[in-house]
Amino acid sequence: MDSKLSKKHQLQQELYRRFAQNEVKPIARDMDEKEEYSLELLEKMQKCGFLGIPYSKDYGGAGSDTLSYVLCMEELAKVDASTALTISVHTSLCCWCIDSFGTEEQKEKYLRPLVSGKKVGCYSLTEPNAGSDASAQQMKAVLDGDSYVLNGAKVFTTNSGFADIFVIFAMTDKSKGTRGITAFIMERGSEGLLVSDNIPRMGMRAASNCVVTLDNVRLPEANRLGREGDGFKIAMKGLEGGRIGIGAQAVGIAQGALDETISYVKKRKQFGRPISAFQNTQFKIAEMQTKIDAARLMVWRAAEAKDNHEPYGTEAAMCKLYASEVANDVTRECVQLLGGYGYTREFPVERMMRDAKITEIYEGTSEIMKMIISGAMKIK
Amino acid sequence: MKIAVCIKQVPDTTEVRVDPETNRLIREGVPSIINPDDKSGLETALRVKDTMGAVVTAVCMGPLQAEVALREALAMGCDEAVLISGREFGGSDTYATATILAAALQQLGFDLIITGREAIDGNTAQVGPQIAERLNIPQVSYVEDIQVESEHLIVKRMFEDCYQRIKVRMPCLITALAELAQPRYMTVRGIEDAYNAEIKMLAFDDLKDDLNPDSIGLKGSPTRVIRSFTKQAKGQGKKLTGMDVDEAVASIILTLEEHNII
Repeated sequence: MDSKLSKKHQLQQELYRRFAQNEVKPIARDMDEKEEYSLELLEKMQKCGFLGIPYSKDYGGAGSDTLSYVLCMEELAKVDASTALTISVHTSLCCWCIDSFGTEEQKEKYLRPLVSGKKVGCYSLTEPNAGSDASAQQMKAVLDGDSYVLNGAKVFTTNSGFADIFVIFAMTDKSKGTRGITAFIMERGSEGLLVSDNIPRMGMRAASNCVVTLDNVRLPEANRLGREGDGFKIAMKGLEGGRIGIGAQAVGIAQGALDETISYVKKRKQFGRPISAFQNTQFKIAEMQTKIDAARLMVWRAAEAKDNHEPYGTEAAMCKLYASEVANDVTRECVQLLGGYGYTREFPVERMMRDAKITEIYEGTSEIMKMIISGAMKIK
Repeated sequence: MKIAVCIKQVPDTTEVRVDPETNRLIREGVPSIINPDDKSGLETALRVKDTMGAVVTAVCMGPLQAEVALREALAMGCDEAVLISGREFGGSDTYATATILAAALQQLGFDLIITGREAIDGNTAQVGPQIAERLNIPQVSYVEDIQVESEHLIVKRMFEDCYQRIKVRMPCLITALAELAQPRYMTVRGIEDAYNAEIKMLAFDDLKDDLNPDSIGLKGSPTRVIRSFTKQAKGQGKKLTGMDVDEAVASIILTLEEHNII
């Protein structure tokens, strides 16, 4: 693995950095305070091709790769984790499932507008009683003629407040357990679909995250994604790749917090000198940067494995496990270094600390990551 | 319509720091960017391409690492990119640079040439007008607005306190202000395509029929840069307070007279 980026990736990274600094950073705090994502910002990102980075030009995507995508995630997360999350769920979960398991017709109809920047997607798996135990799906899909009728509720669906296209999972045959779950593609505006207001949360407050209720929603057979019973496999494979994006997001949150802190400690004077002059400060910063660099390389390793069509599940779990832990440790320490001011909403580190927590929970908790890693190591 | 946009890769002068011990500019690690006025020129050309169709060629003279600036121009939407580079061109001042660029532009062909008003690392604002003179085409500098009609442009030429509206026949050259057009971002796909595209290289051998070797490079440069240095701040200066306007003006005039400035 090359720890240096190619010139092409460097230029893409520069694009992501400039956009993040000029377009996202100035409004990040406001979006968090109002708990509302800017659709105008989303449109700007669509125009630049941020919503289809690793997808083929044949479908209108940018034709780039997972490495470019994680660079985007990191640069955006440095200034606003909610923005990175919005792109992550759309790209790694919704688009990926359709790209990998969709028919040609489904890709033309749904993938093309998603990756070419016309529509936004989301992924609806978690239910009130099915979190880590994703197999305990209670949403039902019953075949009635040539349509499925879906009933049930999903919770914590990111982007659902404005997404055009949902990848959603439901039980078609309870007797088969996980092999009885099926995946579907659903459009906003389907009769019987209800999306709540944003669920009030500790962090990622700008990101849309709602309860999605289906009351006799009819979906034609043509909207089934994959075969009946393939749903759990599709869901889990999707999350595997999603974890690489979340790892990159966590790295970005940590690096963004540290960059703010470095700038602060060089200016803040106590006891007659900048606090950056104290060895305690210097050592803390050195430790934090070392951890962030390590987490970043783990993310790149997983991204490279995916781009090379090699197995990447364990690497993805490891990078998410470690990067999310680093993000939480680093942001907490950064608030500490900024002292009382770090605790105020005038400085962004408190938002970054609030945002970091969920990276240890969503798309597979840290506990689930440890199950995956120890399972791959065959530790019984 | 063929539009050639001259761009220069420059150090990002907002990021340049002064070494407090030597008082010299620290050049290492300073990122390189497309000169802001030139980037506005690129955007102007691309808007013409979007609205009425045009082939836009980005032209850059510089060392081989200037290739990155051309990749950025391609990623913004330019159709072609040309890098003029060679040992023989090194050390060129604005006069020699304009000579070389003019020779290349003559070969490439154009209806409109757009250059930036000035580069942020030199601030001479000479290259654009010198190119136009070499090519014997009309020029309008400090352009803030442009409309393309079939054989001519209508441009808004900015002054400090007013502007002129000028009709200029093509082929012509305009120099662009950064205010002319807010440059678009590159796109992710644009960067992918840019790195698959070929950049046309023009070396001395490609241009020698149109170039006098005595008028290029350090040898052909009438200007010599003796030294670059940052200005020393000489202190806070004097602040006049507690006076009305007339008193303050009188005091300033007296000071200027005492220092033989007026």
